[in-house]
Amino acid sequence: MEITLSPLSPSVSKTFYASIHEMLDGERIRKCLQCGTCSGVCPFGYYMKYPPGKIIGTLRSEVFDLVMKTDSMWMCVSCSACSAFCPTQIPITAALMTRVKEEMILAGNVPAELQTALRNSQQYGNPMGESPRKRADWTTGIQPEINILGKTRQPVDVLWFVGDYASYHPRVQSATRALAKILNTLGVNFGILGPEENSDGDSQRLAGERGIFEMLAKKNGQTFRKYKFNKIVTTDPHAFNALKNEYPALGISYPVQHFTEFLAERLAQIKPLLKNEISAKIAYHDPCYLGRVNGVYDEPRELLRSIPGVELTEMSHQRANSLCCGGGGGGMWLDGFQWEKAHVRLSEWRVKEAISANANILAVACPYEPPRFEDATKTISSASHLKVREISELLVESMGL
Amino acid sequence: MKIAVPIKFVPDLVEELTIDPNGTALDTSWLRLIINEFDDHAVEQAILLKERGGGEVTVVAAEAEGVDDFLYTAAAKGADHLIKLTGDFGSGMNSHAAARALADLLKDSKPDLILTGVQAHNDLDGAVGPLLAELLDMPYVGYVAGVSSTNDKAIARKEYPGGIIAEMEIKLPAVLGIQAAEQPPRYVAYNRIRQVMGTSKIEERTITALDLSGGVTASRMFQPESSQRATILEGSPEEVADQMVGILKELGML
Repeated sequence: MEITLSPLSPSVSKTFYASIHEMLDGERIRKCLQCGTCSGVCPFGYYMKYPPGKIIGTLRSEVFDLVMKTDSMWMCVSCSACSAFCPTQIPITAALMTRVKEEMILAGNVPAELQTALRNSQQYGNPMGESPRKRADWTTGIQPEINILGKTRQPVDVLWFVGDYASYHPRVQSATRALAKILNTLGVNFGILGPEENSDGDSQRLAGERGIFEMLAKKNGQTFRKYKFNKIVTTDPHAFNALKNEYPALGISYPVQHFTEFLAERLAQIKPLLKNEISAKIAYHDPCYLGRVNGVYDEPRELLRSIPGVELTEMSHQRANSLCCGGGGGGMWLDGFQWEKAHVRLSEWRVKEAISANANILAVACPYEPPRFEDATKTISSASHLKVREISELLVESMGL
Repeated sequence: MKIAVPIKFVPDLVEELTIDPNGTALDTSWLRLIINEFDDHAVEQAILLKERGGGEVTVVAAEAEGVDDFLYTAAAKGADHLIKLTGDFGSGMNSHAAARALADLLKDSKPDLILTGVQAHNDLDGAVGPLLAELLDMPYVGYVAGVSSTNDKAIARKEYPGGIIAEMEIKLPAVLGIQAAEQPPRYVAYNRIRQVMGTSKIEERTITALDLSGGVTASRMFQPESSQRATILEGSPEEVADQMVGILKELGML
């Protein structure tokens, strides 16, 4: 995996190590025991030439250049499992892994697939390179019509931050339309930004493109200021994470909820509407940036449990120990790269876990997941009976909408 | 070695193109512009030559939305001089006019090598490269995928159909039409571009009058018309095969 560094490569090691200490709780890196927990809990740790613990080792011995000369870092899916299990509570994902990726990006050591997604984000405000004008095309045919704030300029209670994959991906659009129907049915006064919405930028940030993240956040911040609303609800746990934990430092601060939290608050109103039985054993997959990073574990499960006929089952990795779908931290845009390296997809592991848990539905709450897991059910022969459903889709099915 | 790279922005096909009410040009109200892909490769090739043999790279672009960002990106990659041609381009800039404007500019700066993208999807009246070579009385080689150079000559790798590759020696100064750089255009971190925005300067050169003569005039533009000629055959593979045989017989092909 040795590769040649571009001439843009910055001089790192000492200055880089010092800069880590300045991050929030970054000085804890001095207390690293070299126990290897991070590398063990890392879903790709067995494969990486330099898993987190070893990177800290290279920094201590001032041979960090070795890390920069490999593409090992691009196996990191920013799932934060290392940070969650570190006995010395070193913020490994935020202060080390993301920072190393930033250095890789500055040095021009970026896999081609990722470059395309980053260029698209810069050019079109979404990683897929879709037309910004078509961002609200998924709303066609939904009644009552979805309120696009730029058109109506009406104040709303809830600004629904729809996000990239929920807006554009054909498979995920079905889940987006389901959530729209639920919000309409509950009588929520909501609106979307449509063509004015830009990518939340969180996955670009975690892939090391801090500059693009800030640019996108700034654009979203400017758009938020144009309209009146009381809170933001997101489809995407990454958008939720960005708005909750990252945007405030850039002066963009609004109350924000993930849609599962928002709906769980309205369970009393939702429960009587859940008429149709869904007789299924459901395994719920905790998205990294909803569960492990932001502590939302129970609301999605409460919603699923309220559907008549549903029996919840748990997979071997669950809650804080959830296994990443493989899409985080740029993983969505490194699928070919990671497959070529490791010949395995995390989504396939996860689907196997769902089968072991005797589930016939794998329920998800993040727009990266329906396509990732559905693809995995097609490549795992024992998974042909496993359906992948977003929580909104299941609720809508039970409501008979 | 002095290398000049004239680049241009072209309509971005991410948006559907529409024709303006006059029927002779694209409707620009929703038109997005993007760097011509071949020009992006020409910039990369120029930077690679500079990294290998030293020299100065100048990137020249006509004013358009997004051009400043592209020029700064080129500077972040290693371009030394950024020039933006400004003026009243409302009547349209064709390849002939662009070549004349560039020739006037480059006559003074006397580059050893001019790299252009070999073509663009909106080159209605020919590519700029050969026109520019003619005006500057320089040799031209197009469809180049890889360049090396010494002081007074360049060796261009040119691809032909059927997998044939030629290496040509060209006396400098010369114009090369780049089909592909030796490596894909490199990625530059957005923060690096932002840094360059603070330190690099885009030099503006005003073009007082555009000479559009020699170019083509569009008398009318058409949207491609879709017709419903496809028939989807349904049924089991055997039934589909039977239907297919029937159709082919009907058409007199069997």
